[in-house]
Amino acid sequence: MTTTTPEEENGVKRRDFLYIAAGGLGAVGTAAAIWPFISQMNPSADVLALSTTEVDLEGIEIGSEVTAVWQGKPVFVRHRTEEDIERAEDVDLADLPDPEPDSDRVIKPEWLIMVGICTHLGCVPLKGQGDYGGWFCPCHGSHYDTSGRIRKGPAPLNLVIPPYEFLNDNNIKIG
Amino acid sequence: MSFEPKNPAVKWLEDRLPITGMLHHALYEYPTPKNLSYWWTFGSLAGVMLVVQIVTGIVLAMHYTPHVDMAFTSVEHIMRDVNYGWLLRYMHANGASMFFIVVYLHIFRGLYYGSYKAPRELLWWLGLVIFLLMMATAFMGYVLPWGQMSFWGATVITNLFGAIPVVGDSIVTWLWGGFAVDNPTLNRFFSLHYLLPFVIVGIVILHIWALHTNGSNNPTGVELKDKQDSIPFHPYYTVKDLYGLAIFLIFFSAFLFYAPNYMGHPDNYIPANPLVTPAHIVPEWYFLPFYAILRAVPDKLGGVLLMFGAIAVLFALPWLDKSRIRSARFRPIYKQLFWVFVADCVLLTYIGGKPAEGAFIIWGRIATIYYFVHILILLPLVGLFEKPKPLPASISEDVLSKKPASEEAANA
Ligand code: HEM
Ligand code: FES
Repeated sequence: MTTTTPEEENGVKRRDFLYIAAGGLGAVGTAAAIWPFISQMNPSADVLALSTTEVDLEGIEIGSEVTAVWQGKPVFVRHRTEEDIERAEDVDLADLPDPEPDSDRVIKPEWLIMVGICTHLGCVPLKGQGDYGGWFCPCHGSHYDTSGRIRKGPAPLNLVIPPYEFLNDNNIKIG
Repeated sequence: MSFEPKNPAVKWLEDRLPITGMLHHALYEYPTPKNLSYWWTFGSLAGVMLVVQIVTGIVLAMHYTPHVDMAFTSVEHIMRDVNYGWLLRYMHANGASMFFIVVYLHIFRGLYYGSYKAPRELLWWLGLVIFLLMMATAFMGYVLPWGQMSFWGATVITNLFGAIPVVGDSIVTWLWGGFAVDNPTLNRFFSLHYLLPFVIVGIVILHIWALHTNGSNNPTGVELKDKQDSIPFHPYYTVKDLYGLAIFLIFFSAFLFYAPNYMGHPDNYIPANPLVTPAHIVPEWYFLPFYAILRAVPDKLGGVLLMFGAIAVLFALPWLDKSRIRSARFRPIYKQLFWVFVADCVLLTYIGGKPAEGAFIIWGRIATIYYFVHILILLPLVGLFEKPKPLPASISEDVLSKKPASEEAANA
């Protein structure tokens, strides 16, 4: 075999190094150039800025619910009855697909605050329907209980509890 | 190539860019099997529908506004105020359905006559790529009028990507450009809805190039042997395709003028409301079989994987089908299985449009399982065990052996 490029000790040619170095740099440069085109699709600064919502709880009667909007998503604010709370607490966690005690899902037991988006494929569940007295998602039939936990149907997880705090007895801030 | 231009201007062009010769070769002298039936018309009909969608789409875009506050009203403006706006929009909306009808028939034609087998595997794959791009385009187009079905269809379909482990949620946020389907989503869908049809045009060109490299399949599945077996594309198939087009346009017009909303959904005439999901959401009819497969699985990730798998397995057909005989005409068992498979797809379409409850769930599961059993188990096995009927020596022999119907009746 004849070769025109000089051989280094263990068969690696100087050319090989140049190819890999140039190719590697080219790949990094290309990736860096593509990144802005990918990143532009992520939420923009103004979308990120709309990240908190305040809700006035006064006037939400026991047993009723209002829907607030947080980051473009519906948030259910439910004033639970004693019976709702009892039903939510009186559950064997082993029966739940996504086990979570009711006490971990509320700050004050009479106020249940959750993102009103089905954890299956994102529809808005309907209040007061389904087999567990909580919510029912009409899209593919998921049943949630009075703590918003998934009990039956294709949804894998409980309705999400957003970060929120009580500003005073009658006001909460979500986000 | 036998193309010798007489016109000096054409000759001048041909010497510099042989495009006229290329077209002449593709649309005029292209040697075509002489026995093609009307099942071979759907390819050119699909091409016509692509042009119809692009032309009507470009003029709709002159009046449409891709903004959440104005999209719905701009479509109503098209319907009520723009000259012939109702016609252009109904052409585009029904045109999408027509496009899918002809493409589905075109695909089933390929399945019946084994057109995916060597040497046409790449042709088949390019066709499936076109099909995938069409689905993406139609999905994003349906979001544009920003009605209730637009919004909730977009929500459910983009959420499918949330089933991907670990990165799912970040991908969904990235697709939306926010924390829910909203204005950024509508904007990018409009941009992509405008772009993708032109990508489809590019793939169609490759599809036809691949077709012309090995030539068309035909109802016997026997390759062209000599000159006797073929006829030039023009005038024989240009005329046949034009006749097919005329009949098809009558069908299209029947929907366009007498039932323009038959294939749509009334809820899409209600403006999008992110806080209320309609009681019964269904995708457009052409997505229903895949929707039925998605819902057949009681697990989120499993459903999504199976739905994409339903198309992925079609890519593997050239290897799954072990029979070397192309046409179902000579495959007595496959021929029957083919029709069972068609019935199964129709059943899936029906189930996909029904609420997921009671017997529909069971039937959805049976139909889903059969879909995969047909492709992954029956096709390979039948190819190994079936005894095919004798093939004709050539297309000509097959055509000439057919007696006129009257003669056959007299002999019987
Ligand atoms: C592969 C070809 C195409 C398909 C399958 C397709 C499909 C669709 C569908 C299903 C809709 C919703 C119709 C409705 O219910 O109102 C739509 C809307 C729309 N499309 Fe396309 N389209 C295609 C090409 C194009 C092109 C090339 C443009 C050019 C910009 C375009 C522009 C529009 C516009 C502006 C709308 C919103 C107006 C309306 O809803 O009627 N489309 N498209
Ligand atoms: S989105 Fe709620 S069950 Fe599918």
